[in-house]
Amino acid sequence: AADAKRIGLGREALPEEIAAWDLDVAPDGTGLPVGSGSVLDGEEVFIAQCAVCHGDFAEGVGNWPKLAGGDGTLADEDPLKTVGSYWPYLSTAWDYVHRSMPYGAAQTLSTDETYAIVAYILYSNFIVEDDFVLSNENFLEVEMPNANGFIVDDRPETEYPRFSEAACMEDCKDSVEITMRAAVLDVTPEDEGEAEA
Amino acid sequence: MTADNENSGASRRAFLKGAVAAGGAVAGAGMARAAEPDPLITEVQYWATGFGDAVDETPYGMPIRFESDVIRRNVEWLTADTISSINFTPIHALDGTITPQGCAFERHHSGAIELKKEDYRLMINGLVDKPLVFTYEDLERFPRENHVYFCECAANTGMEWAGAQLNGAQFTHGMIHNMEYSGVSLRTLLTEAGLETTGDLSDKWVYVEGADASSNGRSIPMEKALDDVLVAFKANGEALRKEHGYPVRLVVPGWEGNMWVKWLRRVEVTDQAIESREETSKYTDTMEDGTSRKWTWVMDAKSVVTSPSPQAPIKHGPGPLVITGLAWSGHGAITRVDVSTDGGKNWQQARLAAEGQSKALSRFYLEIDWDGSEMLLQSRAHDETGYVQPSKDALRDVRGENSIYHNNCIQTWWVKENGEAENVEVS
Repeated sequence: AADAKRIGLGREALPEEIAAWDLDVAPDGTGLPVGSGSVLDGEEVFIAQCAVCHGDFAEGVGNWPKLAGGDGTLADEDPLKTVGSYWPYLSTAWDYVHRSMPYGAAQTLSTDETYAIVAYILYSNFIVEDDFVLSNENFLEVEMPNANGFIVDDRPETEYPRFSEAACMEDCKDSVEITMRAAVLDVTPEDEGEAEA
Repeated sequence: MTADNENSGASRRAFLKGAVAAGGAVAGAGMARAAEPDPLITEVQYWATGFGDAVDETPYGMPIRFESDVIRRNVEWLTADTISSINFTPIHALDGTITPQGCAFERHHSGAIELKKEDYRLMINGLVDKPLVFTYEDLERFPRENHVYFCECAANTGMEWAGAQLNGAQFTHGMIHNMEYSGVSLRTLLTEAGLETTGDLSDKWVYVEGADASSNGRSIPMEKALDDVLVAFKANGEALRKEHGYPVRLVVPGWEGNMWVKWLRRVEVTDQAIESREETSKYTDTMEDGTSRKWTWVMDAKSVVTSPSPQAPIKHGPGPLVITGLAWSGHGAITRVDVSTDGGKNWQQARLAAEGQSKALSRFYLEIDWDGSEMLLQSRAHDETGYVQPSKDALRDVRGENSIYHNNCIQTWWVKENGEAENVEVS
């Protein structure tokens, strides 16, 4: 029946084409290519390709993302969310580095280089020892500290009933005081257009 | 003629300044009688005697130069660089609901890429009967749909979680645009690849990614993919702008802007969520106890007064005042907007300019007679599910201050006696 709705546009994708574009790796390891890389190899590649932004120890330079540290800070006033402290799956680190890093020269890392960099990021987060070698075979054995830190959107239970009550229209509060002002912070860009208006 | 033009600009500025000064004096008196005849009326102006521009002057026009402040703006300190960054729609200066594409906000993760139609390919693969490759021309041959939807960045208003920070509706609420899209339903394209052999569709996903270096891959449950997701190639009547995904982007009605993948190159049917970087490290919402929500796709009901606002002060003095703003909900249509002038003590129902459309911006107006005293202006949206836009404190009660995304709180502008407005929080 669905076949009848087909219009007959497009052509079949070839295996080489799918292999070139379908690079994603799922949490259960689906999509991981065969390969491996050590922490030591990773350190070398990381220093050469990544450290200028992310620091020699993945601790971040300036405003660039910190990839290590922040363990146990998620409930703090200023949580530090890194691969070690926050990311639930190692697959995401592999997939993202392989496809989108280095920033400005993405898709230049080989499979083994990617394994090595990910091993080095794990080491920088004190998740593995310095002699660790990451491969497609032991990939799922790595325990990510915040693997259980996520829940599926629960707004339908925790918020929507609470925010669906009849709205107050009159005499809703006794007093209203200003408690915070943006002008005091003064971080808004100046209105350059004003001079011309 | 240019010189005349400049002079006329100057006198117009002086005129406007004079009007502000005179505003107080005429309040309550209705139309005052002019003291002397207005030379803009009594003297023949250059535009009333000479020529304007010829029709071949501007094959594709830009706004008149006097509107040069109605532009996208960047806030430098928000991001490490301007490539993976955000800018803001000048919503304080717009009216109606359709966002002009040229000043509609941008959010890129590896810049706005240039991808011509001839080089464009869309792949559908994974758990389908037959993986397919489409060219741009193929896409234009499928049955087409037109819909108006808002695209709101998940981080819109995100800088305001811990307090009042940026001073202007453009900066606090401008990661949004609203366009009329033309394109093909994703359902049509998935049907073309075939879902006959896919099995139970209720536990399937589509993973969508862009052609840019960041790829911006996201997982979308099959139910949504088959519902109202659009593969769009036109917006507001013309091709998508480069920075909005030319030549093809995904439109995911009501859902967070990150999922509206630009320069769409691949749709993969999968049996699990990929849990990509953009749905684990980013676009997850950390709660007070350190656990985080994932898959917070829908943008809840929200509104903001766009004028008066910090960038749109009252210049005309007391008397008739148009309070206006925008309201929207990812759950459906806006049914009502309330406005308060006293910081939420009392509310009155505003007027919707048109009946609310599902998952699109609504424009509201409240016309008042301003007596020149201070106001604490707020707006409160209601959507068709009965949801009422909450206060920031009510949201913080549930979430704390570190969830970054999905801040749909009620905004307060403190309008002072001189007509200036400021972003504030109130008790």
